[in-house]
Amino acid sequence: MSTLTDELIDVETRALEELGRVADVDALEQWRVTYQGRRHGRLPNLLERLPALPVEERREAGRQANRVRSALESAYTERRAALERAHVTQRLSAEAIDVTLPGRRAHSGGLHPTTRTLREIIEAFRPMGFRVVEGPEVEWDYYNFEALNIPADHPARDQWDTLWLDSEDDEGKRPLLLRTHTSPMQVRVMEAQQPPVRVLVPGRVFRHEATDASHESVFFQVEGLAVDRGVTFADLKGTLYTFARRMFGPDRRVRFRCDFFPFVEPGVDMAIDCFGCRGAGCRTCGQSGWLEIMGAGMVHPGVLKRVGYDPDIYTGFAFGMGPERIAMLRHGIDDIRHFYANDLGFLEQF
Amino acid sequence: MRVSLTWLREYVDFDLAPEELAHRLTMAGLEVSGIERIGGEWDNILVGSVARLGPHPNADRLRLATVDTGAEQVEVVCGAPNVAPGQKIVFARAGARLTHPETGERETLKAARIRGVVSNGMICSERELGLGDDHDGILVLPDDAVPGAALEDYLGDVILDVEVTANRPDCLSMLGVAWEVAALTGNPVRMPSTEYAAEGDPITTADLVDLRAPELVPRYTSALVTGITVGPAPGWMQLRLQAAGVRPISNVVDITNYVMLETGQPLHAFDRAALAGGRLIVRRATTDEPLTTLDGRAHTLSTEDLVIADENGPVGLGGIMGGENSEVSDSTRDIILESASFDFANTRRTVQRHRIEVGGKRGTEASQRFERNLPITLPPVGLRRAAKMLVELCGGVAAQGIADDWPGRHEPATVTMTSERMRNVLGMDPGLETSARTLRSLGFDVSVADGPDGAYTITATVPPWRTDIGIADDLIEEVARIIGYDAIPVTLLPPTGEPDVPDPLTRLKDDVRDALARLGNQETISYPLVPMELLRTTIPGDAPQDPLRVWNRMSPDQEYLRTTLRGSLLRTLATNERGIGRESYRLFEIGQAYLPRGPRHQPEERTYVCGVLAGARAARSWIGGNAAAPDEMDFFDAKGLVESLLETINVRARYEAADDRILAHGRTARILAEDENRPIGVLGEVHPDTLAALDIRASRVVLYEIDLQAALSHREERDRAWQPVSRYPGLRRELALLVDETSPAGAVADIIRNFPSVMTSALVDVYQGPQVPDGQKSLAFSLVWQSPMRTLTDHEVDVAQAQLLDKLRRETGAVLRS
Ligand SMILES: [Zn+2]
Repeated sequence: MSTLTDELIDVETRALEELGRVADVDALEQWRVTYQGRRHGRLPNLLERLPALPVEERREAGRQANRVRSALESAYTERRAALERAHVTQRLSAEAIDVTLPGRRAHSGGLHPTTRTLREIIEAFRPMGFRVVEGPEVEWDYYNFEALNIPADHPARDQWDTLWLDSEDDEGKRPLLLRTHTSPMQVRVMEAQQPPVRVLVPGRVFRHEATDASHESVFFQVEGLAVDRGVTFADLKGTLYTFARRMFGPDRRVRFRCDFFPFVEPGVDMAIDCFGCRGAGCRTCGQSGWLEIMGAGMVHPGVLKRVGYDPDIYTGFAFGMGPERIAMLRHGIDDIRHFYANDLGFLEQF
Repeated sequence: MRVSLTWLREYVDFDLAPEELAHRLTMAGLEVSGIERIGGEWDNILVGSVARLGPHPNADRLRLATVDTGAEQVEVVCGAPNVAPGQKIVFARAGARLTHPETGERETLKAARIRGVVSNGMICSERELGLGDDHDGILVLPDDAVPGAALEDYLGDVILDVEVTANRPDCLSMLGVAWEVAALTGNPVRMPSTEYAAEGDPITTADLVDLRAPELVPRYTSALVTGITVGPAPGWMQLRLQAAGVRPISNVVDITNYVMLETGQPLHAFDRAALAGGRLIVRRATTDEPLTTLDGRAHTLSTEDLVIADENGPVGLGGIMGGENSEVSDSTRDIILESASFDFANTRRTVQRHRIEVGGKRGTEASQRFERNLPITLPPVGLRRAAKMLVELCGGVAAQGIADDWPGRHEPATVTMTSERMRNVLGMDPGLETSARTLRSLGFDVSVADGPDGAYTITATVPPWRTDIGIADDLIEEVARIIGYDAIPVTLLPPTGEPDVPDPLTRLKDDVRDALARLGNQETISYPLVPMELLRTTIPGDAPQDPLRVWNRMSPDQEYLRTTLRGSLLRTLATNERGIGRESYRLFEIGQAYLPRGPRHQPEERTYVCGVLAGARAARSWIGGNAAAPDEMDFFDAKGLVESLLETINVRARYEAADDRILAHGRTARILAEDENRPIGVLGEVHPDTLAALDIRASRVVLYEIDLQAALSHREERDRAWQPVSRYPGLRRELALLVDETSPAGAVADIIRNFPSVMTSALVDVYQGPQVPDGQKSLAFSLVWQSPMRTLTDHEVDVAQAQLLDKLRRETGAVLRS
């Protein structure tokens, strides 16, 4: 008859043998019940006999029993971990995907290129203290022309072919129009406040003009105005230089030349050296090497007087530019009519 | 204005290369938009004369011409039909580079044997010389061309194309440009002579002109030149006119054009014999008086128009264009020369009224100058200059004196400028010496007064041609542009200390743009001018206010100012659907609607955001089963978008069912500001009839429109107070309620959301069907109850929920579903 010790070793040997054959978690659980189950497990069954043994035999068997129990337990834990690892690995490999398939895209929206360009222009001026204001698109002849030194029948009116509203005053004149530039806001802003004035006016303007690749009848402008004691032409140059560098890059060259706008004196045309040819001459710049991007000048004393500013005390400068032209130059867009045709194929590129 | 440099040198010296001159003129305000070279590659090409002409022995259509080149006689073969003995022609020797008349390639000319005869060069056509397109015959030069002269010296020239700004009518003349060059180079201007021998009888004004409309003609001068012989103008004059782009006609007409180009003063020559009564009548036209102008167009005039007439009727539209009946002809002997100041505004209005244009440009050479208000001193200058040429070049006899019916007297303008003003405007002062010298070089008469510390005052008498100079700042510009804007320093504005935040509406618009773009929508910008049809189809109400109309519309498609943005968006959708279209559209626009406030008022320009959604909610993809008819976006897509948008811009809103003319009944909601119950917008599915009217293919289009000014007044601008995150656990409870099927779920949801201790709530199911009584619907909410102070017990939540149910029952009739 074998001793309890022998039987313990025998159970251990069989158990470990069987454990080696266990292939999944269910079988492992079955194995655990068979050998370690509290009620009928083979190891607990043997241990029940322990108290009945003589003292000297019991000590040896007890030691042996503890060893076998912990050996089975750690074998069980180890086996369980291995099986779980194998299970995860198997699941993952079953779930392998073709990572080159396209992903789930969020809908992408976008801003109009004019909006983007206007924002860049505004951001370039904002650090210099220019505040954004907007004004009416349906404007009086007075603000659009007269207050800006462009009386009726003035030859300079040819620069602004005008869309007039169907509305007559007592003299049979049409006093309302669609503003041809954002400059009327110069007058409105100065009428509404005292110097210092430093504003930027983005907005839509209208022309009675046949459209072609470089002319639209509806487009946008950004107007700038700075008036205070001691504002000079030199400040105008500094402001526009700073703008040009922020907007077009630090190594941009800038050219200021004389030009005529009735509401400034002296008048200025600002150009930057052509992106395409860096000044050598190409088609974009009409071989001149320069791209004219804005008109500017010192606010005419007549305009200041009309708004009640004393031109002997206050001086100022104004400037204006078209965001579409700037966007066209930057992106190489060859036709301004793309901007407001609202073709998504165009709009979504920006 | 085309400026021939050869001609320009008659008045001023300059040794600048054409490019440099063009650059400096441009920088100073006279923009040169093009430089054209005539000649320049004319080696071995000279002036010759045809000494003899004989037949070619072997060809009927060719002839043998003996060309005298001054130094030798050369025999060449010539096929041109217009060659004749005695002609001055262009002779090309072997080695000359000529343009092949057919290929346009430049080729080197070689001596050649033509039908058995050696030709040692050729007589050239315009096209072969690169001067023009004419190849029907040889180019015949004016008689004063000297054989043996290099063609380059005789014809070579550089033409600057100059863009003249509206303030500088003086630069529509050679002399005006010459003064610019003088100022840029420091060289003096040589003024042409107006002195001539008047050997005829004396005349008085009444002999030549009866001025009946002095209010439209501030100054009318005229002269009489008799016994002239009409013929071609001298060669040099023809060449200069051609360089300026004016076709030579006859000596008399050419002289008037020449003097106009030289001095800027338009002139007109009348054949005195053709004038009934022998003198001119300057008057307003009578009502419906007919006149056919030189361009062959018949006009019906009114009393607003000024005519030059004789006793039989109008012979010209004053200051604009002559008539067909009194023009100078070959038989003309006596000429009345007109040189006047026509009222600029009236000239401009007449040109606009009768749509006078030449070569696609508005007005005529004359009217374009008069419209710019020429100086009142100019008419006698031009008159005398032209009379001198008629005497000296056409063999005429000038009557003594001129007719000049001008009552006024010209006081030259004087303008004063100080060094202080110079510094205030420019931020620098070039100094007395430079300022005075610059002004003098431009023709100003300058007197100076020194002050302490280099201060000075300049008093300048304005030359009569500079009508644009009136104030000190004008003088400052003169100095600045001639010394160059580059000489002005660059400084930065000091900070103002004023706030630089944009106004609230501008900021709101930007926030809305950003939010919508981030939520997957594309911004569009449309013309605010629309056709009436589009407004009729898309205005929300039944009774539209009359939209504002453009009086001089560009096209019927751009006639009215929109009163709603809806049409713009729907039309953009329709345009983009054309062709293969897209799976889905998410478009928006921010812009104004122009709401009339009665005649003679500016409209209210109200800013809206309007957007449309149409098409598939999710892009068709390999993920999600490649459904051929994927889920279309509907009302709730737009509503979710609007909810997200309003949350982003801090406007609390609620929604209620509403009706709208172009939206579908039952699928339209009014958006209300939560605090005041004021409508701020609308959203709904567009009515199928509207879609059909606009040719929109999509079967379901959802539109939203929010009045941003209204939304702005409900925007919470203050920073929201921080809410502590509760450290105590919450309890999740489901709540299934039964309500009447017509009862809006929003009211129930609002009560739950705002109930104390309800931390979050979500409507997770709406159900009608079995297990729900007829006429009722089940609303299932998932709630989290939570307190910031302590852990809520089940019992406390039970009590709170009972109170919530009580409130729901009282206010909405909702009961717990059992
Ligand atoms: Zn270029």
